[in-house]
Amino acid sequence: MIADIGYLSLLIAFGLAVYSAVSAWYGHRKNDLRWVESARNATILTFPLVILACGTLVISLVRSDFSLEYVWRVSSRDMPTYLKITALWGGQAGSLLFWNFLLAAFTAAAMARKWDQQRQLMPYALVVASITQIFFLGISAFIENPFIRLESVPVNGNGLNPLLRHPGMIIHPPMLYLGFTGFTIPYAFAMAALISGKLDDAWIRTTRRWTLVAWLFLSLGLILGGRWAYDVLGWGGYWAWDPVENASLMPWLSGTAFLHSVMIQEKRNMFKMWNMFLVVLTYCLVILGTFIVRSGVISSVHSFAQSAIGPFFFGFIGIMLVFSTYWIIRRKDDLRSKNHLLSFLSREAAFLYNNFLILAILAIVFLFTYYPIFSELFTGEKGFVGPTVYEQALAPLFAVLVLLMGVAPLTMWYRTSLKRLEMGVRWPAAATAVFVLVLFAFGIRSWGALVGFGIVGFSAILTLLEFWKGTHARMRKGEPLWTAFSNLLARNRRRYGGYWIHLGVIVMGFGIIGVEIFQQDTQMRLQAGASLQMGNYEMVFQGARRYEGPDDLLITEAAVDVYENGRFIKTITPRIEFYTRTGQTMTIPKARSTITEDFYVLMVNWEPTSANAATFRVFLNPLINWVWAGSIIFIIGTLIAAWPNPIDEKATQIIRRPVSAHATD
Amino acid sequence: MTETIQTTTSEKKQTIRWSTLLIWAIVLGLIATLGWALLNTNAPRPEAGKPAPDFSMQFFDEYRWQEKPVANLSDMRGNIIVMNFWASWCVECRLEAELLENTWRKYQDQGVIFLGIDYVDAEPNALAYLKEYDVTYPNAPDLGTDIARQYHITGVPETFIIDRDGTIAHVQIGPINAATLEGVLGKLLAQNN
Amino acid sequence: MKKSSLLVTFVMLLLITLPVYGQNRQVSDDEVNAVAKKLYCPVCESTPLDVCPTQACADWRELIRTQLSEGKTEEEILAYFAQQYGDGVLAEPPRRGFGLLLWLFPIVAIVLGGIFFSRYMASLRETAVSEPVPPPSTIIMSTIKTLTPEQPTNDPYITRVEEELKKLD
Repeated sequence: MIADIGYLSLLIAFGLAVYSAVSAWYGHRKNDLRWVESARNATILTFPLVILACGTLVISLVRSDFSLEYVWRVSSRDMPTYLKITALWGGQAGSLLFWNFLLAAFTAAAMARKWDQQRQLMPYALVVASITQIFFLGISAFIENPFIRLESVPVNGNGLNPLLRHPGMIIHPPMLYLGFTGFTIPYAFAMAALISGKLDDAWIRTTRRWTLVAWLFLSLGLILGGRWAYDVLGWGGYWAWDPVENASLMPWLSGTAFLHSVMIQEKRNMFKMWNMFLVVLTYCLVILGTFIVRSGVISSVHSFAQSAIGPFFFGFIGIMLVFSTYWIIRRKDDLRSKNHLLSFLSREAAFLYNNFLILAILAIVFLFTYYPIFSELFTGEKGFVGPTVYEQALAPLFAVLVLLMGVAPLTMWYRTSLKRLEMGVRWPAAATAVFVLVLFAFGIRSWGALVGFGIVGFSAILTLLEFWKGTHARMRKGEPLWTAFSNLLARNRRRYGGYWIHLGVIVMGFGIIGVEIFQQDTQMRLQAGASLQMGNYEMVFQGARRYEGPDDLLITEAAVDVYENGRFIKTITPRIEFYTRTGQTMTIPKARSTITEDFYVLMVNWEPTSANAATFRVFLNPLINWVWAGSIIFIIGTLIAAWPNPIDEKATQIIRRPVSAHATD
Repeated sequence: MTETIQTTTSEKKQTIRWSTLLIWAIVLGLIATLGWALLNTNAPRPEAGKPAPDFSMQFFDEYRWQEKPVANLSDMRGNIIVMNFWASWCVECRLEAELLENTWRKYQDQGVIFLGIDYVDAEPNALAYLKEYDVTYPNAPDLGTDIARQYHITGVPETFIIDRDGTIAHVQIGPINAATLEGVLGKLLAQNN
Repeated sequence: MKKSSLLVTFVMLLLITLPVYGQNRQVSDDEVNAVAKKLYCPVCESTPLDVCPTQACADWRELIRTQLSEGKTEEEILAYFAQQYGDGVLAEPPRRGFGLLLWLFPIVAIVLGGIFFSRYMASLRETAVSEPVPPPSTIIMSTIKTLTPEQPTNDPYITRVEEELKKLD
């Protein structure tokens, strides 16, 4: 019953989206603003309707209403309530409905907020956003309908996929989806600018912060995904270059390129065309990524079961790619820059180098991710590209990118003299040389590590110097250190937020090099009471026990005492989780974490009867926590950069008033 | 607004630039590739009534067919073929192993060939499995998982029963039971006999 | 003739089997994992063999152990797996045939991309020679800033600090 209400509101939302697209177009054609207004209202109205649809599905999940196929598929009676709620995005149909929820929220917010500012772009933006909604609502209503009923009501459900029962999985997918759907708005406005021919900077102003916010959520999603993999998947790493991971990395990369190059357009009014292309590319990558993940074209650990959405999705992608390409090519000449590059040593040139590197990385990731398809097409055999290939190809590019990240802030707009640049890097370079020598003296001989740490260290010094220079300038005028520093951030949010993000990347860089180059691992079968040594650590296997967990879970838990330099630290409990209903096994690692390293223990196997023995896989992950610390710094920086600036807000209001006054005339 | 569009079109030259062509080639090529991949993924599995895709196999040494080390499925045309995908690590396969061997012994003189296809398995384990269940019918590893791909199997065990003309008569996903196996074989043996 | 060939076979057999027996030893899990890391089984895609928990993968690891104890090298084992289960099980596609394209692509992409990019940059530069550098005040007045006028600060010296900061740019 309640599910019928949900389905009905989904259908109405779909109808409204269709109406909105048609009437926005019609109103624009007839130059009748009332139709456009009506389309806008229809779009805003889809949001409460989709909330209602999601709400009814959540209620059905919480109530364990197994008459719904989706509820039966992803939940079971004994699951804790919070998992029943998060099961909303635990399967294909539900996650698409959830996607619709976020899409409707973003679209409604954009249409409600930006209405008066961008009156001329609005009809087009409405049409583009509504068509996207038609597609996704259509999928939810007709193809992957979460409200489909079963013939007979089963007693209990299948339960949620064990991989998704981890707390990290509760927030990871919503963050990714927020990022993905968030890019719809910049895309809609970019396309609106292209179609209308209003190619001034209006669309950039409108969507700049949207892009930053979408990018923030995408970053959060990627980071949480990495943490989840590290905590749950139990292979000792956090990033596997899996197709699903790459599908979210690629739009993140092009989004990063955009966030840099957009500054050239703002300062120098150049590369309009390029920025337009990057926004469109980002959204295309979002949709492409969603397609490959959900259609089973490239299989992956995370993939959803194969489903009927493939052809429908393919049609959408085809239309979107052709449509976007057509308009970009058609407007190519209008977007040509009128300004020119004055020097290869300038801020704008530095941003271009950044874009070149990021797009090179993107191209390589793209080809490697789609390699299974290409190889099957040309050789008939599905190929596979493992992480080591990615690392070999991308490591040098990332190294140069980090180097550029440190040096670029020294350049100035228009042109910088080589001498000035030399002066800027002289002392930091000397300090870096000392740093590398110290590392060498401490026994680091891997040249990869020395070069890597050197580059990251160099950028770290330069970035910190940027903060110091700014703070120092304020302090000379009498501000105390802390005030000077916080004012520096507050008055130049985007700029110093950006440097703060760079700092996060640098800290992550140290961590990544540490884990990549110095990770150690061993595997050993231990009798109860026996021990194993690695690095400064010693672990003693105290024994294991088996007990029943919640729902269908059977847990085998080992007690492992960890000693550091002979001193007892704590007992950790790595475990094997066995889900009896589906027969899935998961090995959950436990670690002793410090700022310098993780001692990470996995129980691979337990032989209770033959001998009280267990097999352990042990990793020593140096500097891994720098990756997480860097991520937090990174996110804080993004928040600083994206935080609404009261000065900007006021300024836009000043502009807005006359426009709206004119419109109501 | 309309003005902007007009100036654009009038300024547009008729010459098509190669860069434009290249962009279109890339975009359309990508779309075509994705479409092909989608067709490939969703390609219908060989069903009853469809011809059985031909393949060549290299038998396990002790489990050859007519003493040949290598054969094609089409070489067996004229016989009824019970083709079973299995693996030694597969628990459900063990449920049907005895049935398959017994049925093979019963029908082997009546123009019925049982054929085991060993999917993603370690050879020593596979041979041990065959020995354990005293299997005597021909068996071959699925080298490169080519055969499994051709038949779009979703897992093991899976059994395809093929008639004398090389048409698939029955597809069994999961373990097969005696009634089904005897039923389908009986019907096929009754034809043209 | 027959005798000599028998003898040769015998000697060869000895040569082959002797070292094998010599190396028929306990193989540690770490040695197995070192090889298994480079393989991905088709049953559980995207999970490296050394950490994959399924039975099929456990069997594969045992196979690696057996082969290692027979004295096979890592390359031989990887080649065996590729031949048995297809090149798709290798973590790194073989550097031949179509797989070679994959290895060449990053280099080609960077070189070609670099050529295009530098030519593009040069073309932007060439036409720019005559353009004068705008005075510093215009540098500060970016396109955005002109549209969103900065709120005047009441404090004159803070404004000067801001100015100074901008000059540092």
